[in-house]
Amino acid sequence: MNFFEFLISRWPTILSLTLEHLFIVFIAMVISVTVGVAVGILITKNQMAARIVLNVTNILMTIPSLALFSLLIPVLGIGKIPAIVGLVAYTQLPIVRNVYTGIMTINPAILEAARGMGLTEKKIMRTIRIPLALPAMMSGIRTATVMGIGIGAIAGYIGAGGLGVYIFQGISRSSDQMVIVGAVLISVISILTDQFLGGVQRKLNR
Amino acid sequence: MIRFENVVKRYPGEATDAVHNLNLEIESGTICMLVGPSGCGKTTTMKMINKLIRPSSGAILIGGRNIDTVDTIELRLSIGYIIQDTGLFPHMTVGENIAVVPGELGWKKDRISSRIDELLDLVDLNPKAFRNKKPNELSGGQKQRVGVARALAGDPPIMLMDEPFGALDPITRARMQDEFLRIQEKIRKTIVFVTHDVEEAIKMGDTIAVLKLGQIVQLSSPMEILSNPSDPFVSELIGGRNSLKMLSLMRCGQIMKTLSPAEVEEARGSPQGILGMKATAQDALSEMLRTGERFIFVEDERHDVVGVLDFENLLERVNRHGITS
Repeated sequence: MNFFEFLISRWPTILSLTLEHLFIVFIAMVISVTVGVAVGILITKNQMAARIVLNVTNILMTIPSLALFSLLIPVLGIGKIPAIVGLVAYTQLPIVRNVYTGIMTINPAILEAARGMGLTEKKIMRTIRIPLALPAMMSGIRTATVMGIGIGAIAGYIGAGGLGVYIFQGISRSSDQMVIVGAVLISVISILTDQFLGGVQRKLNR
Repeated sequence: MIRFENVVKRYPGEATDAVHNLNLEIESGTICMLVGPSGCGKTTTMKMINKLIRPSSGAILIGGRNIDTVDTIELRLSIGYIIQDTGLFPHMTVGENIAVVPGELGWKKDRISSRIDELLDLVDLNPKAFRNKKPNELSGGQKQRVGVARALAGDPPIMLMDEPFGALDPITRARMQDEFLRIQEKIRKTIVFVTHDVEEAIKMGDTIAVLKLGQIVQLSSPMEILSNPSDPFVSELIGGRNSLKMLSLMRCGQIMKTLSPAEVEEARGSPQGILGMKATAQDALSEMLRTGERFIFVEDERHDVVGVLDFENLLERVNRHGITS
C-alpha cells in the first residue's frame, strides 16, 4: 500500500484527527493570546513584575515539552484539558515578550509629544502605545501559534487526540506511513497558518 | 504672561543645578527665545512650563496662577507643544493627529473637522491633499507644518517650541521661520522657543534669554544683544570678533537711518544699491563692495525707499561690539 492509497483508505480518521488537532490548538491559542496580551500590557506598569514574569515564561519554555505534559498528568489527569493548559503555558513567552517590548520600545519623541499635548497615561496606552505595538504583538502571536501547532503533536501522548496520535501509534506499530501522514499534515498546517498570520502582520505594518 | 520666580531644578545625583535661581517674565503675545549651548538648561526651563519637568523649588505662574494649583492635563491641553522630531503619531493621519487635542477638549466632530481644514490652510498645506496622508508620506518641512498645526489645534494661548526647525535643511528652515513669523502676526500667541542657533534666536525673538550653566546671562531684545552683549560669553555666542557673522545677524531695517521725505526725493534715481528691510547688514556690506559706494538705500515691502545705511554705520556697529568684548 503506497502513501496515497493509505491516505485515501484512512481519510475519515485522518480528517477527524486533523480537526481535533486544530480544535485543541485553536482553543489553547485563544486562551494564550488573551492571557499573554493582558499580562504583557500589565507588566509594562511595573519593571519588577516584568522581570519576574519574563523570567518565568522563559523558564516554562526551556522545559522539554514532553516533560511539561507529563508533569501535568498528576495534577490534571489526561485528555484535552492538560493538553490545552500545557500549550498555553508553553506559548506564553513569545506573546508576552513581544507585547511587552512592543509597548516599551515606542519612539520616545512620540511619547513626549503625547504627554506634552495633555494625554493621560491611560489614553496614551490605548491610543498610542497599543496601536503602535500591534505589529510586534502580531509577530509574537504568529511565532506562538506555529509553535503551538507543532507541540500540539505531543498532546496525543497524554490522550488529547490530534495528529500526534498517528505519530505515536505509527512509532509503536512501526508504521512509517502513519508517522509520515501525521508529520506532513502538521507541517502543512504550520506553514499555512504561518503564511496567513504573516499576511495579517504585513497588513498591520503598513 | 508666564513668570518664573526663583526657579531651581537639580536632577537627582547631580552636584550642580540644571537651572539655577531663574527669574524670567514672558509678555503675552511675544516670542521669547531661550538660547545657549547644550546643557545650559534651556530645554529644562521650557519643560517646566508644561510640567514635563518639576522644579526643585520656586514657582512658575501663568496669568498670575501658580501652575502647581492647575491640573496637569488641563494645563497641558492649554499649551501647544512642538518638538524637533515632530512626534507626529505615525499610525494616525494628518487630520487625526491634529484632532487629538480638540478631541480631548470635547469638541464636536464638525467643529474639529473644520478646524483641521482651517489649520492646514494656515500652515499652507492643501487640506484636501493632506488631511488623509500618513506622517511617513510627508517631507521634513511638511511634517513640521503639521506639527505646528497640531500644536495650534486647541487654540492654546501659549506655545512651547523645542528646536522645532533644528532638523530641517537650511533653506527649508529659513522658509519655516519666515512663515512661522507670518503666522504669529495673525495668532499672537505667547511663545517660548528653545534653540541653540543664535541666528534663529535673533531672527525670531521679541526677547532673547541667553542661558549658561542654568542661569540667564542676558535678557534683552535681539538688537540689544547684538550691540551690547553683557559678557564675553554672549559676545562669543554672537560671533565674538567675527565681524562678518555679527553683520549677518543684523537686519538693515533695524540699523538703518530713517530718511525724511525730502531726502527720499533726493535719493530717487541715484544709482546706489537698494536692499529690503529684511536683508542683513552683511548683504549691505556686500552691496557696497559691489557698487563701490559707501552707502546703500533700504526700501520697504512696497519698494519705497525709507532709509539709508552707510559704511560708517556698519563700522560703528562692529566697533561698539568690539570694545565691549
